[in-house]
Amino acid sequence: MNSAPSAIAVRSVSKSFGRGDAMVRVLSDVSVEIGVREFFTLLGPSGCGKTTLLRLIAGFEELDSGDILIDGVRVDHLPPFRRPVNTVFQSYALFPHLTVAQNVAFALELQDLPRAEVRRRAGEALEMVRMGALAARKPAELSGGQQQRVALARALAPRPKVLLLDEPLSALDLKLRKEMQIELKQLQAEAGITFVFVTHDQEEALTLSDRIAVMQGGRILQLGTPREIYERPAHRFVADFIGEINLLEGQVSGHGKVRLDCGAEISAGAGQAAGARVTVAIRPERARLVRGGVLQAEVTHVAYLGTATIMQLRLADGGPFLLRAAADDLPAIGGRVQVDLPSDALQVFAA
Amino acid sequence: MNLRRLPLTREIGLGVLVYLYVPVVVLIVYSFNANRTATVWTEFSLDWYRKILANPSIREATWNSLVLAAAAGIGSTLLALAAALGTKTRFRGRGLVEAVLNAPLILPEVVVAVATLMLFVAIGVELGMAAMIPAHIAFCIPFAFLPIKARLDGMNPSLEEAAQDLYANRLITFRRVTLPLLWPGILAGFTLAFVTSLDDFLTSFFLSGPGSTTLPVYIFSAIRAGITPEINAISTIMLIVSVALVVTSFLFGRMRR
Amino acid sequence: MSGTAPLRRAGLVGPALVTVLVLVGVPLCIMVWVSLLGRGTTIGVDWQSVPSLANYARLIWEEDFDGTLLFNPTYLSILWRSVWQAAATTAICVLVGLPVALWMASLPRGLRNVVILLVTIPFWTNLLVRNYAWLIILREDGAVSWAVNALWPFGPVQLLYNDTAILIGLVYSFLPFMILPLYAVFEKFDWRLLEAAYDLGANRWRALRRVIIPLAMPGIIAGSMLVFIPSLGSFVTAALLGGGKSMMMGNLIQMQFGQSRNWPFGAAISVVLLALMMLVLMGIALWKKRAEQST
Repeated sequence: MNSAPSAIAVRSVSKSFGRGDAMVRVLSDVSVEIGVREFFTLLGPSGCGKTTLLRLIAGFEELDSGDILIDGVRVDHLPPFRRPVNTVFQSYALFPHLTVAQNVAFALELQDLPRAEVRRRAGEALEMVRMGALAARKPAELSGGQQQRVALARALAPRPKVLLLDEPLSALDLKLRKEMQIELKQLQAEAGITFVFVTHDQEEALTLSDRIAVMQGGRILQLGTPREIYERPAHRFVADFIGEINLLEGQVSGHGKVRLDCGAEISAGAGQAAGARVTVAIRPERARLVRGGVLQAEVTHVAYLGTATIMQLRLADGGPFLLRAAADDLPAIGGRVQVDLPSDALQVFAA
Repeated sequence: MNLRRLPLTREIGLGVLVYLYVPVVVLIVYSFNANRTATVWTEFSLDWYRKILANPSIREATWNSLVLAAAAGIGSTLLALAAALGTKTRFRGRGLVEAVLNAPLILPEVVVAVATLMLFVAIGVELGMAAMIPAHIAFCIPFAFLPIKARLDGMNPSLEEAAQDLYANRLITFRRVTLPLLWPGILAGFTLAFVTSLDDFLTSFFLSGPGSTTLPVYIFSAIRAGITPEINAISTIMLIVSVALVVTSFLFGRMRR
Repeated sequence: MSGTAPLRRAGLVGPALVTVLVLVGVPLCIMVWVSLLGRGTTIGVDWQSVPSLANYARLIWEEDFDGTLLFNPTYLSILWRSVWQAAATTAICVLVGLPVALWMASLPRGLRNVVILLVTIPFWTNLLVRNYAWLIILREDGAVSWAVNALWPFGPVQLLYNDTAILIGLVYSFLPFMILPLYAVFEKFDWRLLEAAYDLGANRWRALRRVIIPLAMPGIIAGSMLVFIPSLGSFVTAALLGGGKSMMMGNLIQMQFGQSRNWPFGAAISVVLLALMMLVLMGIALWKKRAEQST
């Protein structure tokens, strides 16, 4: 990182809920720096601590230890209303007694801005999400997608340094979610601020993010660009969680050699001691159907997708293997094939 | 910092609990004080309880109160049960009917009491039990009606339909299905009506005649004559009886849900 | 089959409906009639007298020896005190009930049920007895009175038989009626709205004013009705703690049916009390309708 302060710095943060026997450690010693104008995503399965981390940044929960800086300023001791961040809630949390315009103007009025200024900026924020026409409605009269836009406008109106988004798209249907993803990306460019985005949807994370932190069990397992995370997963969990992947169990048989449980021996695992159990991972699109390939397999299922063909294979030990090939490459079900595993496409994880 | 807990709410909450219970506790404690001047505590004694048990006018008033409460409880519960069954399905004017049945809840009791007094005098009903029982039944109806109605509304309508589908006629359906399911609501309604009648002072105050004084009316005139430890003792008994009845009715209502 | 349904329904609802109409509705009508009549000699009313509004006029004017009407503030001041006391009771109950209900909603489930029970119990205990308890506490030879007088440097203080004593008694009698509807609101309250308010820069006070209170309004209105109406018509509290010096409308009505034996005047005051109550209820209904239209 360069010398300019990061938008958000999380340093050795830990957080537990409950007491005594019922105590659950939700975050343990988490550190992360989020850059200015970055679209940063916290990705993980439910219960991984991603939402808690977001709520700690917003100030809704208190830290057990560590500290959090926003724009270079420590905020651990500040209540949420003194932090220069705003949140888009998963349930939107729109005030049901206020109109759309009043919801968006809420924070602006609290800043004691002149009335004309409040109206102008609330109007701008609503226009930004194309909700200006419905300004006089109450939240209950809006559809889910419209409520989502109002929640965005409300959080953006006070011009926060960082916008926190807690699974904001999870309540929308698939089509609307895709539309909103594009819009979110545009909004971020337009507003020119940092977005911290929480989601359990890996595809959403890959599409939107500049960088992703994959979380599990209260820790950040890997931090990197979508490409790094996808192509060079640092953990077996990350590899399995992001996209589709084949995980083959085996044992290091000698220097740079792994004997897979299905019988094949491949070149991999250079750094591992002989005899160690390992997992070899390869993406379906990186494996290739090649006569004389190292894996012997039987085709059990073929799905033609237009742009590609997905093949379900069965290995010699009965294990499944997924392979993605060019669309014209169509073997018959039940036929025997050979698969090549290019060594630059392999990832080896110690078991 | 718990953001949901606003400052001072806990302090005010605890303060209010103290405010609600200190007077009652003081009353109860002094009812066991041997000293007649209730200012100073001397020693524990059950004298005042012995005295009120021996007092014939208190015994008579207690008996009157119980008879009245039982009559009002049973009468209002039967009327309310029928009314609740009759307002189960929607019909034109149902809202109005329910508003009339619940009217005694919001009308000032002192007004209804003096108005009823004028009615009875006008048509020549002698004041006493004959006047108090119908008046109590009338104002107890909403107290019995609301719990029964709530229970009925919460009942799965397909149960009754299932019974009829299994060849039960209307009467058998009511006896074998509706009534057993409604029973906790009926019991809760009866208890509330009974307690409301037992605790009532104003209506009885205007409608009781010689020889038909109820316990609250007796207490009121005794207080007017001067504060005595006997009043503390009767009040304590009344408090405990009311609380015990209400708590059991709530527990019963919850148990059978 | 469906033709008999209305009949059966009438048979079920009829008895209760007739009971309430005959024992509450008819008496109220008689009362309005009596309020227009003159005072009787043996019983409290002269059924044969010519109807007039004289009893209502008496609330404001009194007739001098020579028949001129003089303004008489006695009854108006009692009316005014009733309204004022009921309003003050309601205001105090809102101010106290709101934080209590918020506190209750923030408690863990088990403890919360205990507190609900504790708040509900006084609801069902004898009103007379509860007011009497305050009589014991506030009386001259009681401990509280002794302590207050020991601390108060400016001469003896009388705690009982004044407006403050009545106010204490009324708040004590009706506070649960405010706490319970407010709690019902906060039990279902979406606390993320509070977080959203903080997030958008509202401090606790402003979150309370701009989010919690507006959303609690239905509970505040319901509670205010449940407190204001019985306070306005209360009798026992002023009878015990006001000691005949501080009277409310309920006590004035009782007096006309007791010592004064002036039923028509008592009936007139009752009608005024009912009218005041209706006015409040209508005002609230109107306000509600307007609030609903604006949503």
